[in-house]
Order: sequence, then structure tokens, then C-alpha cells
Amino acid sequence: MNVLTDNFSTYGAGFLGTLELTVYASLLALALGFLMASFRVAPVGSLRVFGTAWVTVLRNTPLTLLFFAVLLGLPRFGLVLPFQVFAVLALGCYTSAFVCEALRSGINTVPKGQGEAARSLGMSFGQTLSLVVLPQAFRSVIPPVGSTLIALAKNSAIAGAFSVTELLGTYKTLNELGYNIIWTFVWIAAGYLVITLAISALFHALERTWGVPR
Amino acid sequence: MFRTTRAPRALCAVLAGLLAGLAAACGKEGSPPSKGPAAERLPHYQVAEGFRLPASRTWTRAKKRGHFVVGVKEDQPYLGEKDPATGTYSGFDIEIAKMMSASLGLPPKTIRFRTIASANRETALQNGQIDYYVGTYTINANRKKLVGFAGPYYLAGQSLLVRTDEHDIHGPQDLPGKRVCSAAGSTPYQRIKADYPKAVLVAYDTYSVCVDNLLTYQVEAVTTDDAILIGYAAKAPGELKVVGKPFSEEPYGIGVPHGDNALRFALDDALAAREKNGDWKKAYDATLGLSGVPAPQPPAIDRYPAS
Amino acid sequence: MTEATALYDLPGPRTRRRHALYGALSTVVILALLAWILYLLFDTGQFTSTKWMPFAYQGIQELLLRGLGNTLKAFAIAAVLSLALGGLLATGRLSDHRPVRWLATLVVEFFRAMPVLVMIFFIFVALRVQPLPALVAGLTLYNGSVLAEVFRSGVNAVERGQREAAFALGMRKTQVMAHVLVPQAVRAMLPAIISQLVVALKDTSLGFLITYEEFLHAGKLIASDLDYDLPFIPVVMVISPIYIGMCMLLSWFADWVSRRERRSPKTKGVAVATPGPGALLPGGVPPTAPRP
Repeated sequence: MNVLTDNFSTYGAGFLGTLELTVYASLLALALGFLMASFRVAPVGSLRVFGTAWVTVLRNTPLTLLFFAVLLGLPRFGLVLPFQVFAVLALGCYTSAFVCEALRSGINTVPKGQGEAARSLGMSFGQTLSLVVLPQAFRSVIPPVGSTLIALAKNSAIAGAFSVTELLGTYKTLNELGYNIIWTFVWIAAGYLVITLAISALFHALERTWGVPR
Repeated sequence: MFRTTRAPRALCAVLAGLLAGLAAACGKEGSPPSKGPAAERLPHYQVAEGFRLPASRTWTRAKKRGHFVVGVKEDQPYLGEKDPATGTYSGFDIEIAKMMSASLGLPPKTIRFRTIASANRETALQNGQIDYYVGTYTINANRKKLVGFAGPYYLAGQSLLVRTDEHDIHGPQDLPGKRVCSAAGSTPYQRIKADYPKAVLVAYDTYSVCVDNLLTYQVEAVTTDDAILIGYAAKAPGELKVVGKPFSEEPYGIGVPHGDNALRFALDDALAAREKNGDWKKAYDATLGLSGVPAPQPPAIDRYPAS
Repeated sequence: MTEATALYDLPGPRTRRRHALYGALSTVVILALLAWILYLLFDTGQFTSTKWMPFAYQGIQELLLRGLGNTLKAFAIAAVLSLALGGLLATGRLSDHRPVRWLATLVVEFFRAMPVLVMIFFIFVALRVQPLPALVAGLTLYNGSVLAEVFRSGVNAVERGQREAAFALGMRKTQVMAHVLVPQAVRAMLPAIISQLVVALKDTSLGFLITYEEFLHAGKLIASDLDYDLPFIPVVMVISPIYIGMCMLLSWFADWVSRRERRSPKTKGVAVATPGPGALLPGGVPPTAPRP
């Protein structure tokens, strides 16, 4: 029990580290995922190929390998950045592939007739997209995007295994200081549960507000 | 639709080709040239025939098995390093492990080495995965509660590794504002954090990543025990150097299972004998000594009472 | 345009010309990007012979193959055990006895919500287990729990009439399950099951972090060798195609199975779940639920 009280600052730093990593990587993943999804539904062939390649490669890459490649590969090109930025890049790019797929299948769930009806009413492409298609797609992508982001929070543990600025990484410090290892992990697990349950609650609320009844 | 079916098939072909290429064993015999201790220059250690230590459970078990299982590190040049190609281990710690096996009556070439990560050393000793551990294992009071320590066999100290083009860092006093890398959670890491809070600490799981970061200009210095740093500097003499005097004392011990005092005292005796007959110095000269740093006096053995 | 979406009409001649222009422009940009990366690779000396020389030696090739073998070994054991555990937990969740159901639900929800790496580290560091069993146990607990949900939603997705008809014939619950529901559920859920196995295959690389000597570990050993001039990029270039290839093969197999099934009259079409990054919304909608 005193593992937590004695090391509150260590745990707190780790918790905040995980939270920070999750938030920044989520933003990157959502932005990149949106971009790639728009590439994949674009009427331009080369963009579709690029988007498909991005998704296929990243979805089939082990995240550990991606971390390894980003963390030690990018510095080879003379890039000097702190570890956290590399971690956000790796996590964000990886998750963007899954976000992209969620968004794309969301767009595809909108029946073709909706777009046709909108156009026959004289709406422009922009209007069709922003007034008809996206609002409907948005509702159906809330649950899959939510589970993708929860997975992202959990995957941030890999960053902790490489370095220390994360919740899982705190175990190394506490182990070296000689604390009870079982309790150390109990509190780490609790930290992750808080984060994943918070994201889950957030998306449940979103779904209640905007979701489509199935 | 066509794209999705064809691409994987083409990929299959490429993959099969790659695998076949690898499996065909088209490679050159042997292993790529490497620096480091030359196998034929390593000293030979006299095996103590007829040595018996029935009071030690670890020894009895090893004797029955016919060999010792020794925990070591695999990524520390000139101390404990595994050649990726041949899978053989080499370095000063490895030599210590070999001479201890010889003194305990089992020929050094029978030893099975196993890489054990720092975080798992105590565990591996406690549950009998390994018989003893030789791998930059600093003796301290906390660890003495969990494992036994024979030795120390070497006195290291925390120091700094920088690039040869770095002229601003001469010791820990120059660290404020610089990015310093060390292993996550390790003692050197925590010392810098406590004593030089203005240094920007970067942590990775292994020192090889830290050294990599140093060479790609992500950090300005790597800090840990000088013995480890000397090994890296010797591997890349044109690019890396060790600066300043050691600013801590890290006595390296041989980890043994907690409570196996018979084994611990036998190893203490063996170390003393090897230091006296010159084997210790020979081992140093054939490994860490290749870096150009002359052999120090071995530290006094700390034969603490049975626990 | 092969995909029919709600977004566009069939393009007319002017639009088609405009799209061709966009296509040309974006092709140029993408090619420029690739060329820039290639230039960077050459510029930073990633194709020097010192960096690629190690791969020519048998010792190194054997090291890589051994690593690959260990990866596949961990994957095979974890896959078999996950399927077994998944079946067991799904049986628990579908049980008629309330305590059993609660226990199974608790186990499934807990392991799905926990990062698999935290489980692996807990087993490895705190429970003091060897790397391979620790990795396999972590993967099994996580993937088994996810598969349990897949199985359960598969069984629940079988048309109600099937179950009712079987009960009406006088079959016992075990018989209904074994002869009617499970065969249909497994067939329908096969793509989702394979997709989950892709996740397991990818996650074997986590073994690298607990010093299990798998493929990535072998790569790192070569990449961090100062004697070989730190051939990091070459190692990534050799390793990632093999990893990605293996996973793509398995993903593609899942796709193929699901396409075959969509044509087969024996199963209703079931949307293939993408090999998800790992998690489901606790208590949320399983991604494999058949579309209405």
C-alpha cells in the first residue's frame, strides 16, 4: 500500500506522461487518419493508392518494430528530437491507419441514395459532404474510433518499456529502489484502468448525444 | 477488387523468394570481422580437479548437471558481449565467470551463458535459473537482502562518455543544460537526477540505445560505470571518448543465490587465489586492457559474515 | 472509380480531365517524396558495404532465422492457447449459472481493459517467469479474452429460429450448442478469429522488450553492433518486409475466407473485422457484430 503513498510523485509523473502521450498521439492519429481516409475515398487514383498503401503497411506492422524504427531510424537522418516526440510520431502514425479505416467504413455506411438525393436537390459537393454525408458518417464512427483510441492508450505502454516517461516505465525506478513489485504493478494497472475507462465513458457520452440508434 | 487479390499474391512470391534466399545458406562461412577480445589470446585457467563443495546446493546441482549456468550481459563491449553471428560471449566479466567455474572444479568451456536483463538478475538467482551472475553487478545493501555477493572483483565508478568532437564536457560539473542519457531507473540515472538536477536526463532501456543516441547527436553524453563506457570507447576510438574522473564507487560483485554462503565464500577464496597467481590481471589485459587503460589493483574482497 | 460512395456522381468529361490533372499532380508529389527519402538514405550512407556486409555471413543469417523461428514458435503456442482459453471463457459467459457467467465476464473485461504489455511485464518481472512463457501467457490472456467475445457474439448472432428449432426438437442445451450454434458461429466468425490472430502475431514482437530472443531481438543485436558500423537502417529494411509480409499474408487469408463465405449459402455474410489495434470498448459493441 505504501508503494503508492511513498512514490506518489513518480506515479503522478508516469500517469501524466501516459495521458500526455495519449492525447497528443490521438490528435495526430485523428488528423492523419482523416487525411488518409479522404485520400482513400478521393476520385484521384494515385492518392487512393497512397492511402491504401499507408493503411495496409501500418496495420500490418508490429508497433514494437515501428517504435524501434522511428526511435532509432529517424535520428539517422539528422533529426534531433526528444523521446516523447518520437513516441507520439510512432503511436500516432500507427493508430492513424485504424482511424482511417473506421472513418472510411463510416462514410461507406451512408447509403448512396443520400448523396444522390442531396445532389438532386441542387447541393454542391461541399454541401453534400458537410450537411449530409459527414454528419451521418460521424455518428456511426463514434464507437470504432473510441475503441481505437482506447487501444492507443494501452499501446502507449510500449513507450514506457523503451524509456521512463510513462506509467509502465515507473516500475523500473521502483524496482531499483526495492519496493514490492506486485503492488507496484497493481497501481500501474489501476492507472491504465482509469485512463481507458475515462476514454470509454467519454465516447459513451458522445454516442448517447450523437449516436445512431441501431 | 482486383488490386486486393493480386497484391498479396505478388507479395507471397517476394516473401517466399526472400525466405528461400535466406534458407539456402548462401552466406559466407564464419562471422563478420569484429574487434574485441581475440579468442586465441585469452588466458587458460587451471581447473581445480577433485574440488568438492557439498555444503552448497547450487554447486551440488551444477556438479550433477556437469556445467554451470551463468547469467551475464550481452551488450557491453569488452565486459560481457555476445557476438551476433557466432553466439559466443566475450569480455572481462565472462573471463571472471570462466575462472570461477575452473576454481569450482568444472572446466570453463562447459559453462552455459545466459543473457539476463538487469531488472531480472535477482529473480534469476532466486528461482535457480542461473547458478551465479557476473555482469556489472554493483554490490549494495538493498540487493544484499535479495542475493549474496562474492567479491568485489572490480571497482568501477560512474563516468561520462562523449563524442570526440565534444570539447565542453570534462566532468559532471559541466552537465547542466546538457542532454545526458542513461538506463531507465538505474543507479547512475538516479544519481544524476539527485546531484545534477539541471542536466537534461534521457532514459532508455539499454546502454546500446544511449550510445546510438550519442552518435546521432540526440544527446551530448552517456553516463554509467566507467568500465562499460571504456568498452564502448574502445569499439569506436575515433568517435567516442571517456572524460573526467569517476565520481562514484561501484564495486562489482558476483551474484549468488541468497543464503548459499558456502558458494559465496568459495568464490571469495577463488577470487583471492586468482588475483594472487596473476590470472586476474591476465584476464583484464586480454579484455578491458585492450582499450589502453592499464590494469588497476583489484579491490579488497568483502567477506561479510554469513546471513 | 470502383467504390460506390454517396460522395460523387459519375464524372463527366470535364470532371474526368480535372481528376486526371489532380492525379498527375499528386503522383508527382508522391514520387518526389519517395525520391527525397531515397536521397536521404544515400546521403547518410545507408548503402555502404560495411553496413550490409554482416548479412552476407552465415552466422548472421542463422541468427535471423533462429529469431524468426522463435517468433513463430511463440505465435503458434499463443494462438492455440488463446483459442482454447477463448472457447472456455465464451462457454463461461454463455453459461446458465450466474456465478460462472459473472466470473467469466469479470475475467474477460479485466484482461481486455489491461494493456497486454503490462500483463507481460507483470508476469515476467513480478511473477518471475521465463521470457517465453511470460510472453505466451500475456498474449494468451489478452487474445483469449478478445476471442471469447468474438465467439460469444458469433453464437448470439446465429438466427434465433435455429436455436428455437433445435430446442423444439428436444435437444439439450449442450447439444444445441455443439450441433447447431457453434458450427455456424465459428464459420461466420472465422475471419474475425484470423484477424485476431494477426494481432497475436504482431504482439509477439513485444517479447523483444522482455529479452525473448525473437526476430526483432536478433535485429537489434545486429543493429547495435559498433563493429558493423551500427547498420540500423539496413536491419529495418531486412526485417520489416518479413514481419509485414507475414501479417499481410494472414490478413489476406482472413479477407479471402470472408469473401468465400459471403458467396457461400451456408453462412450469412458477416463483415470482417479489421485486425484491430487491440482493444474493444469495454462493454461496448464488439467490432465483429454482423451488420444489420
